[in-house]
Amino acid sequence: MRRITLLACGLCCAFGAYAEQGRLLATGGASMLEGAAGGGIVPWAVLTGYGEQDEWGGSAFATRVETGDYRLDAGGVALAYGNRLELSYARQHLDLGSLARDLNLPDNSVSQDIFGLKVRLFGDLIYDRLPQVALGVQHKRQRDFRVPKLVGAQRDTDTEGYLVASRLWLGAAFGYNLLGNVTARYSRANELGLLGFGGDRRDQHQWLGEASLAVLLNPRWAVGVEYREKPDNLSFAGESDWQDVFIGYFPSKHVSLVLAYARLGEIATYDHQDGVYLSLQGSF
Amino acid sequence: MRAWLFSGLLVLLVGCATPAPDSLYQQLGGQTGITRIVEDMLLRAAADARIKQHFVEVDIVRVRDKLVEQLCELSGGPCTYSGDSMEESHTGLHISRSDFNALVELLQAAMDQQGVSVRAQNQLLAHLAPMRGEIIER
Repeated sequence: MRRITLLACGLCCAFGAYAEQGRLLATGGASMLEGAAGGGIVPWAVLTGYGEQDEWGGSAFATRVETGDYRLDAGGVALAYGNRLELSYARQHLDLGSLARDLNLPDNSVSQDIFGLKVRLFGDLIYDRLPQVALGVQHKRQRDFRVPKLVGAQRDTDTEGYLVASRLWLGAAFGYNLLGNVTARYSRANELGLLGFGGDRRDQHQWLGEASLAVLLNPRWAVGVEYREKPDNLSFAGESDWQDVFIGYFPSKHVSLVLAYARLGEIATYDHQDGVYLSLQGSF
Repeated sequence: MRAWLFSGLLVLLVGCATPAPDSLYQQLGGQTGITRIVEDMLLRAAADARIKQHFVEVDIVRVRDKLVEQLCELSGGPCTYSGDSMEESHTGLHISRSDFNALVELLQAAMDQQGVSVRAQNQLLAHLAPMRGEIIER
């Protein structure tokens, strides 16, 4: 994974030299856990990087979440063209830590690949009368299915879709810019898919709501909150909705950093999984 | 609708000929501040490889005067914009979305340089943002 990230950063720099970067700072967002442009756990309707019409944009990211009992690493790349289409790839690796020991599991980690596609349908984040609206698809492939299967997951591969709307309201938060995102996701992924797809309790896709709200203190700093509804398909343990508070720093169109405190609730029988989220992104 | 809005704006402007001390106009530094912001922005534009070609064959003094007038009026100052409509003044220039954003960045830099607060900057940008459709791709 480290090698992928390094390679991606190199590509990023190479592309960056030719990129026009016609969009405004921070409007490419960070890279959310599944590789799409967004916040941390919730996607935005924006396309990754800073490409406007007829321009390329792209990003590479590395993210770590530590919750005490678990550690999640994610990394990937994304490429966008014309402020219209985004392709992304991410790999997630969840270290099961104490769970693997306590339950004597065959693997002490699970991982998955996520191939993403996002299309801007209409609207604009800042300028048009309508908010920016995008349609996304994520194809997820579990790489270590033994543990997910053991706990009741029905399949190791699945595809989910989401519709997302984003808007930046200039000066709307007591003079500061306010960014709002709302997502409707149609999914049956257990813990993002890290515990497989569908379960013994429920095996159908369902609509799940996600939202985030951020205030831009200036063009470089953002603070906000995120919420992501999750399914509850497996009977062996509950799956909690996720939420976090975050600070995002965009010193330039090439780098962003997101630090968050995440409340992930119950994950595979361990409750109170609260912890720190840190994400670094290179972009052009 | 636009005509109605415009006359509404005119009535408002006449009604508030003397701007309140904390008005956006004052926060931008009044006539002097706005002139400095516009001149700084145009100097930056003339040196910016992304958009300088749009400023080569223009009467830069007139552009400055009309921009100052326009920002003065938009921010609630005692001016009336006397230039062409946004559509008229940008037709044939083929301003791209990226060009527009580049100028926004230069305006932000110029306002930073003048010490204009983030909130006042946002307020001015909120007045300018709806004009993009009348400016780009013409």
